[in-house]
Amino acid sequence: MISENRYLKLSGLEPLVVTPQSNFINVGERTNVTGSRRFLRLIKEDKFGEALEVARHQVEGGAQIIDVNMDEGMIDGKAAMVQFLNLIASEPEIAKLPIMIDSSKWEIIEAGLQVVQGKSVVNSISLKEGEEEFLRQATLIKRYGAAVIVMAFDEIGQADTYERRVEICERSYGLLVDGINFPPEDIIFDPNIFPVATGMEEHRKNAVDFFKATKWIREHLPHVNVSGGVSNVSFSFRGNNTVREAMHSAFLYHAIQHGMTMGIVNPAMLEVYDEIPKDLLEHVEDVLLDRRDDATERLLDFAETVKGIKKESSVKAQEWRNDTLQERLTHALVKGIDAFIIEDVEEARQSVEKPIEVIENHLMNGMNVVGDLFGSGKMFLPQVVKSARVMKKAVAYLQPYIEKEKDSAKPSNGKILMATVKGDVHDIGKNIVSVVLGCNNYEIIDLGVMVPPEKILEVAKKEQVDVIGLSGLITPSLDEMVYLASEMQKQELTTPLLIGGATTSRAHTAVKIAPKYQNTVVHVNDASRAVTVVGSLLQENNTAYKEEIREEYDAFRTQFLNRGKQKEYISIEEARKRSYKIDWQVAEIKKPNNIGIHVIEDLDISILKDYIDWSPFFRSWDLHGRYPNILSDELVGKQATELFNDAKELLDQIIEEKLLKAKAVFGLFPANAIDDDIEVISNNGEKSKFLTLRQQLKKREGKPNYALADFIAPKETGLQDYIGCFCVSAGFGTDEIAKKYEDESDDYNSIMVKALADRLAEAYAEYLHEEVRIKHWGYAENENLSNEELIKENYKGIRPAPGYPACPDHLEKKTIWKLLDVESTIGVKLTESLAMWPAASVSGYYFANAESKYFGLGKITEDQLKEYTKRRDISESEARKWLSPNLATNQ
Amino acid sequence: MSRILEEIQKRILVLDGAMGTMLQRYNFTEEDFRGKRFKEYHLPLKGNNDLLSITQPQAIKEVHHNYFEAGADIVETNTFSGTTIAMADYDMEDLVYELNYQSARLAKEVAQEFTKKNPEQPRFVAGSIGPTNKTASLSPDVNRPEYRAVSFEELRIAYKEQVKALIEGGVDVVLVETIFDTLNAKAALFTIEEVKEELQIDIPVMVSGTITDASGRTLSGQTVEAFLISIAHIDLLSVGFNCALGAEQLKPYLQRLSRATDINISAHPNAGLPNAFGEYDQSPKEMQQLIESYLKDGLINIIGGCCGTTPDHIKAIVDIAKKYKPRTINSKAGILDEDA
Repeated sequence: MISENRYLKLSGLEPLVVTPQSNFINVGERTNVTGSRRFLRLIKEDKFGEALEVARHQVEGGAQIIDVNMDEGMIDGKAAMVQFLNLIASEPEIAKLPIMIDSSKWEIIEAGLQVVQGKSVVNSISLKEGEEEFLRQATLIKRYGAAVIVMAFDEIGQADTYERRVEICERSYGLLVDGINFPPEDIIFDPNIFPVATGMEEHRKNAVDFFKATKWIREHLPHVNVSGGVSNVSFSFRGNNTVREAMHSAFLYHAIQHGMTMGIVNPAMLEVYDEIPKDLLEHVEDVLLDRRDDATERLLDFAETVKGIKKESSVKAQEWRNDTLQERLTHALVKGIDAFIIEDVEEARQSVEKPIEVIENHLMNGMNVVGDLFGSGKMFLPQVVKSARVMKKAVAYLQPYIEKEKDSAKPSNGKILMATVKGDVHDIGKNIVSVVLGCNNYEIIDLGVMVPPEKILEVAKKEQVDVIGLSGLITPSLDEMVYLASEMQKQELTTPLLIGGATTSRAHTAVKIAPKYQNTVVHVNDASRAVTVVGSLLQENNTAYKEEIREEYDAFRTQFLNRGKQKEYISIEEARKRSYKIDWQVAEIKKPNNIGIHVIEDLDISILKDYIDWSPFFRSWDLHGRYPNILSDELVGKQATELFNDAKELLDQIIEEKLLKAKAVFGLFPANAIDDDIEVISNNGEKSKFLTLRQQLKKREGKPNYALADFIAPKETGLQDYIGCFCVSAGFGTDEIAKKYEDESDDYNSIMVKALADRLAEAYAEYLHEEVRIKHWGYAENENLSNEELIKENYKGIRPAPGYPACPDHLEKKTIWKLLDVESTIGVKLTESLAMWPAASVSGYYFANAESKYFGLGKITEDQLKEYTKRRDISESEARKWLSPNLATNQ
Repeated sequence: MSRILEEIQKRILVLDGAMGTMLQRYNFTEEDFRGKRFKEYHLPLKGNNDLLSITQPQAIKEVHHNYFEAGADIVETNTFSGTTIAMADYDMEDLVYELNYQSARLAKEVAQEFTKKNPEQPRFVAGSIGPTNKTASLSPDVNRPEYRAVSFEELRIAYKEQVKALIEGGVDVVLVETIFDTLNAKAALFTIEEVKEELQIDIPVMVSGTITDASGRTLSGQTVEAFLISIAHIDLLSVGFNCALGAEQLKPYLQRLSRATDINISAHPNAGLPNAFGEYDQSPKEMQQLIESYLKDGLINIIGGCCGTTPDHIKAIVDIAKKYKPRTINSKAGILDEDA
């Protein structure tokens, strides 16, 4: 057996074994709310992401154990301990170290022990509450598999002399080792480090007694270690870091000599022992070792003389202004700081012969750094867009000088045509990709939104672009892309085609678009990938890359098509038999309080603030995660927080200056279902029909095949039911503000205002739905839901929107527009692809029945399509076009 | 002193092979899984292998029998998923005690028959305690790293019922195995200590982790040495690794383990790595050769098989294990002298 070598062994993801050969073990102490004001603030403000950074810094700073303490009256220590330790567990760089669970409350210690997989250290237990409690806790600690720090503290009090330290430690050791078989190597004694040079006679021996007790413990209590909190010793010199640091180093030096093996030390508050000035060291050691009667007075006097020597000043923030010109420009670009950009660019301009060189050299050097950081995941999209803003400002400043020189600009890396396809008005994603590509020195020809295919082709040829990028958000745009691809083939273009936008997918691109065009087609759904893809496409030897993509998509298509065939569908007749059946005899039908059409001309946008669902906002910036957790996300938290602050600032400005206008129209009507149609009786008694589509996927027995019509009482029941529909917009004014920002070369805010308008429109839909539920229809008068509950759709009834999974048929919007006279009441228009303009608009229906729910239509088969053609009274080819994403035969 | 503590000093003990692989051969239908008792049960039960201890006890006994026949010293109870947490999938939390108790009884009956036939080779039953299907130190949701699908306390309670039932059903050893998250295992060990105290008994404990991939770490990220330190706070009969890897891939980790501890070492690897269809096709002969290289290096005290291994594999392992001495601390095992 290896019983001779009983070493303290701890673990995180990696082991830590403390042997006699080990150097002093450093315990990181910054993640301690009692010791770090900053950490306390972060925990109080629930900024766990930043708090985690503190832990990471400790690891980087050389800590070998991380001490975590959450003992503060204002916080829920147990919850904070658990959450923080769980977060640490998700960070392998931090979790590799063992944890020291530090608390004076047993319940916090135990909660911590229950969430660490490694062998940690409990800090601390003692005989303070008596033997029974001491042994109970120690037994549990052993059972949880942890080591323990035992404080020299007993029923009488804390040990403050050499004798008391020895007495308590010896007694504790006996109880643990002989009493409950606690492994002695898992015991770490803390014999109490107390301040010296306090002026009190009884404190003179505090350090010396600690040293002596340590030595005794190591010699008489086999296998144990000795630890302590070092900063205590210099307590009386707070404010004089020069003395404190020297004191810590000298104390540690002697303590280690006497057998101290580990300790809680702030590495930033530690001078190298050999570098302590000799005179200071002498004074400090006189105190620590109690070498002279007047040691304290002498050190106090001496301390005054070294007090002023401060190491660092707080003006570090502006230090970068002293760097070289290139470093300053790079810094400004990387950090997105535009405060000094004009003066720096001017300085650069004066240093070169031709102003264009500033762009080609200085600025591009900086942007290359940005590109590298972004490419390697060290910068995030909002930062890059901010960098672009600085870049644009710089270029705009140089432009007149360049013009004057009649200098032809250096050829860009390539020309890229960007467009949102015909019938679609959504351009946030496209603009982000444009900006990022622009940052990488591609010339962007942005044709804007609703661009007809002819125009795209014409410009592509005339400008000889190198890549065409198409974007779209609504489903009909998919067909536009397919059409454009086939036109490119017909006209024998060879330009690579990039496909992006929320509704696009690799599947659709591979299955539908790629076969139409012999040249390269790539699906790119985020900005960082766009840069790599375009870079690869435009390199000189790109044949292999292009072939690779082609092969990948071919393989994907084959695989996809094979899979698609395995799904089974039932006839529409059969599906209708399996409709969702509400028991209308008992169902509660509430007659709306305010039947008819209602218009809200101009809503105070500040009302909507609380209804915003922020998660999709972050997604539109390629920051993934759920709000509010995303703000403390380890990876993107910092960026998300910054973006969020900028967004809130702009939102406040929008509200204050009334920059956007929000309007709404909605109607509540008598209605009944006739098969899958919903017959609506409008104000003047005229009848209209909403056409709903029914799921046809073969399902397990007992699972219904839904259509929205199932949620409205059928005519044959003889019961009068009701339905609502609405359109809201928060987009009036968006284009003007966005344009204004664009003119100021501020793409960041231009994209921001569009993203905010989108969120406000969704918030308006949420708000209006609530108003309808509680007031206008009034079927949920007693509802009282938080925003979070609203986002989770905890309310009764639904508001599905045409073009979305439950009713993918965009043509339904026409019926809503007619019924509510949307265009003339509030001015929201439908494009030929039935996208809404302004883009920040939402339309849909209201269903009140408690059993109504959201579902996805999925694919439908030919029989329903044929029937639908008749119901809609349109040609089959037109029906096919509108429903194509949902046709099973199209797979 | 438990008999197994004496035996493990004398020779290399052989653990059985896979239960699941053997049960597959019966091609049980949904109806078979249900048996009479669960004929009307409201959920599909096919795949709930632990339930077979109740509905097809003969098959379970037959598998145990075949492994003992092949020469195994220890068989594992059919209780890998026998916790309230894992059984929640089938809405069978209430059945957990009975499942474990029955499984322990079945295995014990077969073991006793064999011991009676040949008292020179006493046979043992290890109560199999699986990892459950949840991880206590990893979040299943990447967006909420602080979230946990199961707590230590929930695991402790779930394991407690299983551990008690296994012990009361008569197992000789408890085996905490296929550990992918050390915190789950720590909860199981915590519970075992509690039960030992409550029942005033002592029972040997085996612990077996799983190295999930070539990184050489557990799923929860620990290195071999960190894993060992994290579970070594209670007295263990053995520590080792099983599953996920074949004998060949497992060897370097056993070597590291052997260097780091004086606890007995166990291994029950899979029959190689799964092929493209998820099947294990390493033959008994191939596995035997790989295992022999463990034995030559003196790494092993308990050896057996995991996924894909059969009585034929175990027979091959028994044959080779006979020729070697068990691992001893600081000594190199080698071929037994003819006259030893």
